Amino acid sequence: MPILSLAWKSLLNRRFTVMLTVFSIALSVALLLGVERLRDQTRASFANTISGTDLIVGARGGAVQLLLYSVFRMGDASNNLSWESYQAIARHPKVAWTVPMSLGDSHRGYRVLGTNGDYFEHYRYARKQALSFAQGTPFSDLYDAVLGAEVASALGYRLGDPIVLAHGASDVAFARHDDKPFRVVGILARTGTPVDRTVHVSLQGIEAIHVGWESGAPARGLSPSAERARTMDLTPEAITAILVGLKSRIATFQVQRYVNDYRAEPLTAILPGATLSQLWSLIGIAENALLIVSTFVVVVGLFGMLTAVLTSLNERRREMAILRSVGARPGHVFALVMGESGVLTLFGVALGFTLLHVLLFVAQPILENQFGISIAIGAPSLYEISLLGIICASGILIGAIPAYRAYKLSLADGLSVRV
Amino acid sequence: MSPAAKHTPGDRPAIIDIQALSYRWNDNGPIVLGIDTLQVAAGEQLFIEGPSGSGKSTLLSLLAGVTSPQKGAIRVLEQRLDRLGSVERDHFRADHIGYVFQMFNLIPYLSMLENVTLPCRFSRQRRDRAIGRSGSPAQEALRLLGHLDMAHDELLERPVANLSVGQQQRVAAARALMGSPELLIADEPTSALDTDRREAFVRLLFDECRESGSTLVFVSHDRSLQNLFHRTIRLADINTALQAQRQAG
Repeated sequence: MPILSLAWKSLLNRRFTVMLTVFSIALSVALLLGVERLRDQTRASFANTISGTDLIVGARGGAVQLLLYSVFRMGDASNNLSWESYQAIARHPKVAWTVPMSLGDSHRGYRVLGTNGDYFEHYRYARKQALSFAQGTPFSDLYDAVLGAEVASALGYRLGDPIVLAHGASDVAFARHDDKPFRVVGILARTGTPVDRTVHVSLQGIEAIHVGWESGAPARGLSPSAERARTMDLTPEAITAILVGLKSRIATFQVQRYVNDYRAEPLTAILPGATLSQLWSLIGIAENALLIVSTFVVVVGLFGMLTAVLTSLNERRREMAILRSVGARPGHVFALVMGESGVLTLFGVALGFTLLHVLLFVAQPILENQFGISIAIGAPSLYEISLLGIICASGILIGAIPAYRAYKLSLADGLSVRV
Repeated sequence: MSPAAKHTPGDRPAIIDIQALSYRWNDNGPIVLGIDTLQVAAGEQLFIEGPSGSGKSTLLSLLAGVTSPQKGAIRVLEQRLDRLGSVERDHFRADHIGYVFQMFNLIPYLSMLENVTLPCRFSRQRRDRAIGRSGSPAQEALRLLGHLDMAHDELLERPVANLSVGQQQRVAAARALMGSPELLIADEPTSALDTDRREAFVRLLFDECRESGSTLVFVSHDRSLQNLFHRTIRLADINTALQAQRQAG
């Protein structure tokens, strides 16, 4: 190991440029690992948004669109499905449970979901985790509302606070249902899913605020008072989507076919898992692009090291000649330069890894609160370890280029230095 | 004993013996160094006067085993260097030859002691000799530096780049003598020194060579020093390649 200790001392002697090189490798490694970790976690939290639901039923349309509006609260349904269809599906002998969903209203940018008590009982996320209440209870009164964790924390709501829903996604004065305010009766525990960003009310509540709004805006004098609405028949005529749980998963395709072939109106039933992965393959393109870019950043970092070591060689021909004079073989010179690249790479990778974890430690609460992305700081995965291994191996291999050049130079120079 | 050894002065065994040697940079190039015969006896202090262009660096490279001649025989310590492979020649140099350059002898990122003990990293034989003499390579380095008046704590701690040129050359001499190599080659070691310092340096070198039993081959273009040596050779006179050029010219 005498050569490695020489390499080490030589690096210490050039510590400023060496630190710059190590730092650029470290940054590129941190970026690559960070992107990879983010990718992994978003993919996981993406797949965690819904579980335990066997089918999602909506009006005939694209599968991805149905998934987006029913689960991710993104975009809008192009059509509704009738209450009769809902009941027919709920009565199907293979169906164990159903959750009706009615979307279309909002509260200060957060979507409002009209549903019933079955939602709190059957909705599952992550590994079949049920929703739980941080405070309060499910809605029982017509004008009760249950808030997702983020809605409550971002808007500062507490139990008992009144909230006013707005018609459609935009919260403008003339479209507010301000004649029928709701009251917060429950706040859900954080899930890391779109549920956190949802205001939940009963289907009847949705009906009540829309009596007289059939044209899309309040018809003057036709909207009954909040109390009068209670006396009306508030069975909805149509809903947006249904979550369906089956008695046995074996029946999935049978029920899906039943829905898709439903005579009375055109419907679509999707398998959430399959559609999630279909959606992911769309998003995955962007994710892959990000990964490719950060891979290239690592390549650039290693090339920076290559340049730094190569340019140092000419200044060090004298050093090589001295080493040769005391008996070093050209092979030793090769090992010296290669050892330096190896040390640079290893330190760069180690520093990058540390840097990323320090950053994650700082950024974790911010990411969680602002973007709902929860990133676990844990031991590196096997994939990450193999990534780091590949970077180390590439760095050491790239080191063979200047090492070979130093080898040739020291063969040609011998004990004299012609510069 | 080889027949050539008989020609060496004082009938001591030859440490260097060159016969009918010729060297060219490449197979089609002209001969840059041709020597019919050259012997150096063990313990001798030889001055080779070699201005630039006389084939000086080529001769030194051949003696140090960095290059090998296309023709002829070069023996150092009875070993046919021209028959050794390059790796064996590197080993041979590590074990048996100390080398002092004209200047910039020291590796800037190593301390003075590390510089002096450097040969022990590449040669077990020299390491063992150093240990045999002083107990450890570092002790031997201190002993040699002491002889050269360099073993002061203040100097030892200084980065070697901050030493004066004369001090650097003395450290280089200590390194070349580390582990008592049989042959010490000095390539214009005094040309960077002040004139009045040159003779003192050469005398120091003589003393140390005598003590460790090393043979000294000293190359310089500075004739003022030649009277201090046992013998002087003008490279221009023995290099047949140069003579051929002169005749052609």
